[in-house]
Amino acid sequence: MPEIRSGSATDAPRADGPEVPPPLLEVRGVTKTFGGGRRRLTALDGVDLRLGKGETLGLVGESGCGKSTLARVLLGLERPDAGTVRFDGTDPFALRGKDLLAWRRRVQMVFQDPFASLNARMSAADLISEPWRTHRDVVPGAKAREKRVRELLSLVGLRDGDAHRYPDEFSGGQRQRIGIARALALDPDLIVCDEPVSALDLSVQAQVLNVLSELRERLGVAYVFISHDLSVVRYISDRVTVMYLGKVIEHGETEDVFDRPQHPYTAALMSAAPVLDASYAGGDREIQLKGEIPSPFDIPSGCRFRTRCPRAEDLCAAEAPPLVVRRAREASDPHTALCHFPLEAESAWA
Amino acid sequence: MTREEPAGADGTSPAPARHRPSWWRMLGRDRAASAAAVVLAVTTLVALFGRLVIGDRAQRQDLDASLRPPSLGEGVYGLLGTDVLGRSVLARLVDAAATTLSVAVPAVLCSLLIGSALGLWAGYHGGRRESVAMRVADVILSFPSLLVAVVVLYVFSPSALNLVLILAVARIPVYLRTARAEAAELRSRLFVDAARTFGTPGREIIRRHILPIALPTLLTVATLDFCFVMLTESSLSFLGIGIQPPDVSWGLMVAQGRQYLQTAWWITVLPGLAIVLTTVSATVLAAWARIATDPAQRWRLTLPVKRRGASAAVPPEMIP
Amino acid sequence: MTTTAVPAAPSADTPALDVEGLCVDLSTPSGRLRAVDGVSFSVRRGRTLALLGESGCGKSMTALSVVGLLDPAAEVTGGAVRVRGSDTLRMSPAERRKLAGPVLSIVFQDALTALNPVQPVGRQIGEPFRIHRGLSRREAREKAIELMTRVGIPEPRERARSYPHQFSGGMRQRLLIAMAVALDPDVLIADEPTTALDVTVQAQIMRLLRDLQDEREMAVVLITHDLAVVAQRADDVVVMYAGTVVEEGPVREVFSRPRHPYTRGLLDSVPEHAVRGRPLPAVPGSPPELSAVPSGCVFQDRCPLVRERCVRERPPLRASGDGRSAACHFSEELARA
Repeated sequence: MPEIRSGSATDAPRADGPEVPPPLLEVRGVTKTFGGGRRRLTALDGVDLRLGKGETLGLVGESGCGKSTLARVLLGLERPDAGTVRFDGTDPFALRGKDLLAWRRRVQMVFQDPFASLNARMSAADLISEPWRTHRDVVPGAKAREKRVRELLSLVGLRDGDAHRYPDEFSGGQRQRIGIARALALDPDLIVCDEPVSALDLSVQAQVLNVLSELRERLGVAYVFISHDLSVVRYISDRVTVMYLGKVIEHGETEDVFDRPQHPYTAALMSAAPVLDASYAGGDREIQLKGEIPSPFDIPSGCRFRTRCPRAEDLCAAEAPPLVVRRAREASDPHTALCHFPLEAESAWA
Repeated sequence: MTREEPAGADGTSPAPARHRPSWWRMLGRDRAASAAAVVLAVTTLVALFGRLVIGDRAQRQDLDASLRPPSLGEGVYGLLGTDVLGRSVLARLVDAAATTLSVAVPAVLCSLLIGSALGLWAGYHGGRRESVAMRVADVILSFPSLLVAVVVLYVFSPSALNLVLILAVARIPVYLRTARAEAAELRSRLFVDAARTFGTPGREIIRRHILPIALPTLLTVATLDFCFVMLTESSLSFLGIGIQPPDVSWGLMVAQGRQYLQTAWWITVLPGLAIVLTTVSATVLAAWARIATDPAQRWRLTLPVKRRGASAAVPPEMIP
Repeated sequence: MTTTAVPAAPSADTPALDVEGLCVDLSTPSGRLRAVDGVSFSVRRGRTLALLGESGCGKSMTALSVVGLLDPAAEVTGGAVRVRGSDTLRMSPAERRKLAGPVLSIVFQDALTALNPVQPVGRQIGEPFRIHRGLSRREAREKAIELMTRVGIPEPRERARSYPHQFSGGMRQRLLIAMAVALDPDVLIADEPTTALDVTVQAQIMRLLRDLQDEREMAVVLITHDLAVVAQRADDVVVMYAGTVVEEGPVREVFSRPRHPYTRGLLDSVPEHAVRGRPLPAVPGSPPELSAVPSGCVFQDRCPLVRERCVRERPPLRASGDGRSAACHFSEELARA
């Protein structure tokens, strides 16, 4: 039986064991709204995240779930209204001047659209070396920079000769490699990947995913990997966080979340995603959700998923759902969900 | 059948890197742009050195030769006919070129620089800075610029410097609005976000990512504005508070010749033609520059003319 | 497929749509390029054929030539598109227009741009009835409301007066589908109908398309880049690469035993089959530019089996008698591997 406690989805004790090292990234109760009055959009509502060094966290959700806003908060492009972000113990939003610049080096981003995220008027070498024009001491000297650009190009699988080409001369996959090389230019500890392969063709998508996982092994960089594609998230992530309308509704180790989802939304999401192999996930027992995601201007009371949930009852409208914690194996991370009526492990597909 | 992707293989890398074709080559392939460049070069040379050649010919009166039509038989200075006082129209055109350009070019440059800088800054930062800048622009625009010019030039002395200043101030809003619109659109682009994630300061983002993209549009607006400034200058000169005779500008020549339009068309039409030719050349060259500075587009300039897609010099919404 | 063992839909034994040797040339700054090169396929009523391929493989251009909506820069230079026994490519524009709606119709990917933003949706959905059946405005409106109910728009009578931007992405796609099926076409072409939608909404739209197909016995041509959508939704698949068909056959068989290395490579690179921590078996490189399609086999630059013969001659699309065909010199070898 799952134990039930109040709190939010990642606010649970870690598995018992030796001293847990402080996480690289810790997000607690981050809330972000836009606009005011009746046009108040709640993009993030008390989001918690935790990510260790060199780990990959998959962030799953549909449009309007707040994943892109969360990415912008993690990069310091948006300031949260409430809650804290701790990066290696420090709050990036309290930093100024040199300290802020030093922090910026450590968190970088790979964008979804490899066309719009590269300035078409700059060559590959200019694009990759652009961060050094602000962070002058990272790679000092023109010679050293040229050399480093070549290293980065080969790291992401491009050639030396590509340095002087412009973005329109590259294919989508190659552009995304430039984007990755640029994110690596400052030797970051964390790269936020916002749908990095969803604009790419399948055969190229696999190449880029390989580049990303290779870099993780060689450089020990951590990823927050945002995607709507469950098979990609399952392949690349150590842990998975599922978001719905600005809230984390389920969190756990990848196997736990995929094999034994607790939240009906997670289960529906997985059954809705088309798969090659009918036996792979969910089988033919497709869970059809009613309607579409409610507007983030007008979030339902109680459980925000209740308007589409096949298991919803009166209680779901009246009360915010409790945090359900399940521990699949002894030493594993807790697997949490926010739900009044979580799915049992064995009846996940009922 | 498992295939390891060889590191560094993205199969179809195009052969050698495409380098930028030289400016001369790109210009040479575009006949209209090269013609425009020649016209502008000639106009500039005439404005700079013309007076050395013609001496006082522009002022030399010869009442016997009044209102002579253009002809080949009257020597070089009779080539384009004479005005009512028998002054050579050709000499006066040359003389006026210097005056006209010395008012229009500084006026356009000043308003371009100030307006663009303010507009880019306001558009990139948004918020209160944007509102303040836009309200200032609205205030300037809400006064009819000609009226303000009349008042100011009437109160202060109608010198060329004052003329330049008043024209520059009156045209700032045009650039301010264009630049703000461009910057506001560009600031939400992903590559600007990317630059922000490196910690790039705002002024650097404007310089590196926003200005180069907004510049061709601003330059095209400037060339159109060039025409407007020349015409405003001529109106002011006509009212007697602009260029003061015996100095002469193209606009002033048009204004002065108007009453002879039916009997001596050349006095008005030729300086008018000079204005049109200069402006059109500037516009054509700006359109060319817009393509030539865009790495994704400039290959078009190495193609024969008829294969190029039509591309408007200025998006319609940018025209003031 | 022309040779499927499965009996055709009861309503007809001739294909509802038969495309043969379609060639489309594209005028580009670097000259005329062949964007679609000899593509053939056919589909019967009640069946779904998927045109599968990556961006730029010519699948959308094939679809647009079938419905006669090609961009002016592109031109059909050969082949035939037969519906109800006649070749639409040889028809006058007026004859063609008569087919659009009652015989052939298309659902686009981007529902926001495919709908007129300044007309109420009810009027737009009723339009086919006014044009082809000559119904009055009031009758067309009733028909439109009926259709909106069918595709699952809540409160259709009120919503008929709304404009496209007042609908969500999924609802807009439903409206577009309503318009496409208004006149009971023989063939419905769906060009990436769910690509722009969320996963849960995508499932709803796919379900709706399937129900409508069953109910109206339509032939559906599904154009997509998504292998999983093909696996779940289509009966037959045509795999396209660089403007040519490289493999075709019933989906189940093609996906379980591909006979072209490209199909094989695509299937292998699906992350769903991968083990975490192990590299994905990716197809190296990227598809050739139209201007640089090799003269031999189109896939030679990326193929792990490439041999001297592949560079020399282009393999024809050979049928193997079991309803499948592949354009590879060594497809038998691949089948055995």
